[in-house]
Amino acid sequence: MLKDITIGQYFPGKSLVHRMDPRMKIILVILYIVMLFTGDNVGSLIVGIFFLLIAYPVSKIPMKMVAKGVKPVIPIILFTAVLNMLFVDGKVLWSWWVFKLTQEGIQLAVMMAVRIVCLIAGTSLLTYTTSPIALTDAIERLLSPLKKLNLPVHELAMMMTIALRFIPTLIEETDKIISAQKARGADMESGSIIDRAKAMIPILIPLFVSAFRRAEELALAMECRCYRGGEGRTRMKQLHLCGIDFVGLAFVVFCFALTLITNTLLPSMF
Amino acid sequence: MEQDVILLADHISFHYFDDNERPIPVLKDLSLTVNRGEFVAVLGHNGSGKSTLAKHFNAILLPETGNCIVDGINTREENRLYDIRQRVGMVFQNPDNQIVATIVEEDVAFALENMGVSPAEIRKRVDDALKSVGMYEFREHAPHQLSGGQKQRVAIAGVIAMRPDCIVLDEPTAMLDPRGRWEVMRTIRQLNREFGITVVLITHYMDEAAQCDRVVVMDDGKILFNAAPKEVFSHVKALHAVGLDVPQAAQLADELIELGYSLPPDVISEEECADALAALLDGAGIHPQHQA
Amino acid sequence: MSILRTEHLSYVYSQGTPFEKIAIEDVNIDIEEGEFVGVIGHTGSGKSTLIQHFNGLLRPTSGKIFVDGQDIWANPKEIRKFRFMVGLVFQYPEYQLFEETVYKDIAFGPTNMGLTPDEIDRRVKEAARFVGLSPIQLEKSPFELSGGQKRRVAIAGVLAMQPKVLVLDEPTAGLDPKGRDSILSQIKEYHQENGTTVLLVSHSMEDVAQYAQKALVMNNAKVFLHDDVEKVFSHAAEMEAMGLSIPQVSRIFLDLAGRGYPVTPNVFTVEGAKQEILRVLGKGGSAHA
Repeated sequence: MLKDITIGQYFPGKSLVHRMDPRMKIILVILYIVMLFTGDNVGSLIVGIFFLLIAYPVSKIPMKMVAKGVKPVIPIILFTAVLNMLFVDGKVLWSWWVFKLTQEGIQLAVMMAVRIVCLIAGTSLLTYTTSPIALTDAIERLLSPLKKLNLPVHELAMMMTIALRFIPTLIEETDKIISAQKARGADMESGSIIDRAKAMIPILIPLFVSAFRRAEELALAMECRCYRGGEGRTRMKQLHLCGIDFVGLAFVVFCFALTLITNTLLPSMF
Repeated sequence: MEQDVILLADHISFHYFDDNERPIPVLKDLSLTVNRGEFVAVLGHNGSGKSTLAKHFNAILLPETGNCIVDGINTREENRLYDIRQRVGMVFQNPDNQIVATIVEEDVAFALENMGVSPAEIRKRVDDALKSVGMYEFREHAPHQLSGGQKQRVAIAGVIAMRPDCIVLDEPTAMLDPRGRWEVMRTIRQLNREFGITVVLITHYMDEAAQCDRVVVMDDGKILFNAAPKEVFSHVKALHAVGLDVPQAAQLADELIELGYSLPPDVISEEECADALAALLDGAGIHPQHQA
Repeated sequence: MSILRTEHLSYVYSQGTPFEKIAIEDVNIDIEEGEFVGVIGHTGSGKSTLIQHFNGLLRPTSGKIFVDGQDIWANPKEIRKFRFMVGLVFQYPEYQLFEETVYKDIAFGPTNMGLTPDEIDRRVKEAARFVGLSPIQLEKSPFELSGGQKRRVAIAGVLAMQPKVLVLDEPTAGLDPKGRDSILSQIKEYHQENGTTVLLVSHSMEDVAQYAQKALVMNNAKVFLHDDVEKVFSHAAEMEAMGLSIPQVSRIFLDLAGRGYPVTPNVFTVEGAKQEILRVLGKGGSAHA
């Protein structure tokens, strides 16, 4: 059923990483990604993996969650790996027709695959340890300097919050509408693609009608609670950096420094 | 006493337009006063104008003729709109469609954040509001994990956090199951008794109206009755005629009176009805059979 | 004759996950053709899950369901046949309307059944008549109608399938007393005219007492009682303990009986209460006080 899908993939907890300022977490993840792509050798990849081996246990997220995050992109990883293996020039190990397997190709394929896995594991750690609302909040605050350029930062964040709030409600509603139309004999499992697309109409129309009605009622309720845009708004939860944030920053900077050192000591592989 | 009036509708009229641009009158020269600290039910069938009236009390709608005065402020004074909305909190029928945030406490804080209250003060008021509706232990839950009655209590907390003088609830229990209805009614009664908040409860459930200080019955944009529940529910036939129920106790008493039996005319609660029937049986020489 | 029967019916949500929850457990019920059954139980008692089994929307984890003597899951490919035999009206059914006109929306079910245009036309008009929709309203967009009228359109959409069993999940939720009375009496009329078996899920004991002959009480995923309405309401204390309110007059008469007056506590409508008082007064001799 639709409602079994979990959105946001947030794992509530009280670990050190959970308690970090979401703004810092976003910045650190960006730093980590830059670091992964700065490193160009085996040593730098080991540093990338080393980071994960420390960060996951500290945040009390089981390592198997890495696999769960990577699973949807396995086809992409395999596809790029195959391309790298077969089309990169270098010392030929085996060849057939236009395809040739080179040593450099294999190295590159493995490096890229490890990089992508690290990238996904790193960003997943952010969503696993940060609630969607905290994430939205942090993005709003990080982007707030852009308000001076008349970018609707508050409005975008508000829209994201409301979307997050209503996703479970609308999923439940979709389930209900599907059941109700099935009860009237709607057939959604058989027929051609066109038939199936047509069978969506009895679901989509009520869903849209209901979403608009909800939007209207919500807007009214927000107005009644004195909502008037981002101007003059305060927040209950103030974000502030504390010790753990600086420890996290120091750790990432340390990893980054290691990466740069490996770059000078070890031969580049890209 | 003049200063005790919190809500005043003074000869207000209002109409909507139908699809053919014809005006449909909804409120017809209606006047109503609500005093500070009162618990008033507005009872009426769908389309009687009760929701439209509610929307006048915090300036969502402005009357075409007449005036609506909230705590001395005319709702026409545009620059005082947020003063009015802070004084009169609104709670709507569908709890899902009035919760904005993905965490209970964030939602309760929403109005205060809009009003620009300081963070420390918000925290305090949010905790107070959640405690007063009995939802404090759910403060970190997501709204979709809550039952209908719990969601509605969160919505009430979101309004209470503004420290309003008055709350207007537009059929807050219509979508709830009996347990949810009971929770919400208990919460509202408590807010009225313990915190002295004026409550205007729009409903079509007569058992809820029976718990109020005063019942206003609306029909066709006008006020039909405006009196204590006992008085209003003795008009069994008139209420039926405008599509409303009366408590079964009142209905039974009325039917027996109709047959010529002598019962008090203002029976509305179970206990009163049982007492009245007991007196009737005693009077007829039928006494309890096995009492110590 | 039995029209709807379940054998050891159980359903477990999200089986094998940490969210596993038993929704209904070992439900054995037998509903006779032509009965009007009130289905009672608080939220989470399993009643909504149970009714979604009757037309095959949910497939039981274990146990069987027989409609008109046939095991509905004998051939899963034919499950749609049972959707037409057991018409299910969901809560707030007006939120499923989607067609351009009321007529087309009511015709959705019959069209899915593959009926001839003449037959569809006949059924749409008949269903519309039962719920009190006028021919002019049939040509309107369902979104132009009032809430109560939309509800009627949605109910007519299921009636037009002419199911042998009609299941309604709180058809009066959110309606005012007048709307409630008119929809319930239309359903009762439909029941009487067509002999259709009706299952009415309701939170209102007053409504069940007034319209149903039998009551099915669900509690904690199990059937607590399934009996004549009078017998079910005689378990007032147990019902109150599980959070189900009994009609106000029933409580009044329980009180009187408890005080020792010679009245029967089995009273659950105002009319019944009046008759009981008159009966006792008659026995007592003196008429008017």
